[in-house]
Amino acid sequence: MSGTPRYYVPHSSVWPIIGSIALFVTAFGAVNFIQQSTDKVATEGEFGALIFYAGLAMVAFMMFGWFRVVIMESMQGLVSRQLDRSYRMGMVWFIVSEVMFFAAFFGTLFYARVISVPWLAGAGHRLETHLLLWPDFADVWPLFMTPGGEGTQAMGAWGLPLINTMILVTSSLTVTFAHWALKKGRRGALIVWLATTVTLGFTFLTLQVVEYIHAYSELGLSLGSGIYGSTFFMLTGFHGAHVTLGAIMLTVMLLRCIKGHFTPDNHFAFEAASWYWHFVDVVWLFLFTFVYWF
Amino acid sequence: MSAHADNIPSSRHPLVSYIARWLLTTNHKEIGTLYLCLSFTLFFIAGAFAMIMRLELFAPGIQFTQPDFYNQLVTMHGLIMVFGVVMPGFVGLANWMIPLMIGAPDMALPRLNNFSFWLLPFAFTLLLSTLFMEGGAPNFGWTFYAPLSTTYGPPSTDFFILGVHMMGISSVAGAINIIVTIINLRAPGMTLMRMPLFVWTWLITAFLLIMVMPVLAGVVTMMLTDRHFGTSFFEASGGGDPVLFQHIFWFFGHPEVYIMILPGFGIASQIIPTFARKRLFGYRSMVYATVLIAVLSFVVWGHHMFTTGMPLFGELFFMYATMLIAVPTAVKVFNWVATMWRGSMTFETPMLFAIAFVMMFTIGGLSGLMLALVPADFQYHDTFFVVAHFHYVLYPGAIFGTMAAVYYWLPKWTGHMYDERLGKIHFWVAAFAVNLTFFPMHFSGLAGMPRRIVDYSVQFADFNMMSSIGAGLLGLTQVLFLYIVVKTIRGGQKATAQVWEGAEGLEWTVPSPAPFHTFETPPVIAAEED
Ligand code: HEM
Ligand SMILES: [Cu+2]
Repeated sequence: MSGTPRYYVPHSSVWPIIGSIALFVTAFGAVNFIQQSTDKVATEGEFGALIFYAGLAMVAFMMFGWFRVVIMESMQGLVSRQLDRSYRMGMVWFIVSEVMFFAAFFGTLFYARVISVPWLAGAGHRLETHLLLWPDFADVWPLFMTPGGEGTQAMGAWGLPLINTMILVTSSLTVTFAHWALKKGRRGALIVWLATTVTLGFTFLTLQVVEYIHAYSELGLSLGSGIYGSTFFMLTGFHGAHVTLGAIMLTVMLLRCIKGHFTPDNHFAFEAASWYWHFVDVVWLFLFTFVYWF
Repeated sequence: MSAHADNIPSSRHPLVSYIARWLLTTNHKEIGTLYLCLSFTLFFIAGAFAMIMRLELFAPGIQFTQPDFYNQLVTMHGLIMVFGVVMPGFVGLANWMIPLMIGAPDMALPRLNNFSFWLLPFAFTLLLSTLFMEGGAPNFGWTFYAPLSTTYGPPSTDFFILGVHMMGISSVAGAINIIVTIINLRAPGMTLMRMPLFVWTWLITAFLLIMVMPVLAGVVTMMLTDRHFGTSFFEASGGGDPVLFQHIFWFFGHPEVYIMILPGFGIASQIIPTFARKRLFGYRSMVYATVLIAVLSFVVWGHHMFTTGMPLFGELFFMYATMLIAVPTAVKVFNWVATMWRGSMTFETPMLFAIAFVMMFTIGGLSGLMLALVPADFQYHDTFFVVAHFHYVLYPGAIFGTMAAVYYWLPKWTGHMYDERLGKIHFWVAAFAVNLTFFPMHFSGLAGMPRRIVDYSVQFADFNMMSSIGAGLLGLTQVLFLYIVVKTIRGGQKATAQVWEGAEGLEWTVPSPAPFHTFETPPVIAAEED
């Protein structure tokens, strides 16, 4: 970990511009894809999906290339303690920004439950909307019936969601065990614990898919079933996307552990991935409490 | 172990390696320059939209633009000025100056820095291309309230949404870089409380960016799903609420307006001591005031929504919280004035812009206070009075702040002095024109002229004519600014390292122009008694 005393300023790099182009292609493709596959059509044809997936492939290529360079620098000992600190702080602030992203959706959930749904049901000084537009609308949560008359059943908390909670909490523990093993230099234990974590992660995702199928086909709960369905799928969906990302990160870490990239005192990438994993875990605990339970 | 941009094989065509250099650079100075060039380019584009609007409003009646096109201009003007001009302009200054001011070799994460910049030209391509799309560009104002942007938005709205996502990624990545640079890369001895105020204000600004840009991303995502996937976030018949959009938007939006002014505060706090040849009055209180403003900015968003029928408690809370922000703001204004008090002042162009910043920002702050009064805002809301308010804080505030910074640091960047006589002409004409443009808007607003409407009643004709004449003049002076900057880049009197007689700080210890790499080994800052 001695590294160079100087702060390493990299050579000019092609990866960022590839990343910018990749995101541009993805964004452009996404809009066309969405417009072509839903009602509001601005463009004809079906090229949107193609561009979108091409963009995603470019993003993946960029990340592969970019991280490869960073890993090589790290293995050459170019990463000074100070640079290591920069990476750590960068990761922490990135997670803070992710927290705020979820905060927007949790804010929406609380607003709907505490303010807009009661108001629509005639609470406070909002009687006119209720009386004139939707006199039959009642304030219950989960919202079985929207003001407009869209019905759904609620997703219970004590079946799959509870199992999923236990899976994620366990995986947070196993990733910590893996970290301890790494710090003690016990590779065998490290790989076992990390592999367990990855498995738990993908199990969670599989169960989440099962739950979505259940919601759509049996409960009639969809994105279109009013604010309950909207917040349900937005929150669990983005959480699921983050779990996917975290699980991919951990899988990469597993491969790198197997290749022997990490040493007991130089394994920032591993730590970053595990911080991210803890973050998704904590978000899930909030989800379980406010989306499923209460 | 330092990097050089010349690792690109020289066998290539010079044009290719020139382009490659700017595309691939990881150098904070080059990236700073790129940001500033982008900001300046978009300034003229968004400015051109404003010129068309003022031409239309020169006289009552509909002359040149159809109402829908006028709305598109209003929207694009606002969006580009906010996200494409003010923010990248400040980020460009941060890139150039923060490493120089804290004695760092570069930004902490140089590759990420390149990524943050190069996302922006693509994002604005996406945004500007909407003007040529079927159904026209977004036409719902820079605040894109639902349901105008959800149920009634044109198809191009989706491009706008993805464009906002790209800008958001760019801003968050840029902000992370700035925070990490400031916290981790300060030279030994550069304690937090010895940092120049520009660095301090940017530290707080970057924090605000990280906290609110993701919220903006969240709200545009909800727009997208409301538009296409049947969700009802902003749709009452599904249990949602269009007013919820406004809450989330302004939770982002109010901190955003401070994002657009705090670096300006920092710039004024650098320039005024230099030309008053005195130390900044009340350094500590400046720092605390900045922190307090940032904290309070999270709890005042409701002042944009007084007329949405919030419960009384909400109106009162947001009114008092908003008025509270005026206190730290006033502390700052007091400190700038106290710094000038009995100083040996000279009035070079940067100082002129800085003084104008203080004076006219204060006018904007005062009209803000008027708007913060709930009963008064019931009258003023959505009139030109609001337009006058925010243009006073943004044009002579954010834009003059940026211009002051450009004049102040241009010699450091280019190695040449700008033409002082032309600079002064630029300042005086701009200061006159800015007031001619925006001061009458107070009156037309108080008299009841609504904002964002293509036509108006004849009684507002005189005020509007004045505004339009002022706007034309203001636009022209910025062409002069362009000329001055280009001229300085190409040549001029050689600048010394210190440039300004009264200037203090690390950036003035390196030669002008600042070499490609500075502070590869950190300078040591001698302790000085505070
Ligand atoms: C003393 C400080 C300030 C106070 C008390 C204040 C207060 C207000 C209030 C109450 C409004 C809402 C008016 C309405 O829509 O009815 C408003 C609007 C606005 N303010 Fe301020 N403000 C202050 C400083 C600033 C600063 C520093 C900026 C930006 C640099 C700014 C930018 C804006 C903008 C852009 C709007 C209009 C948003 C829109 O509806 O398009 N304000 N301000
Ligand atoms: Cu505000």
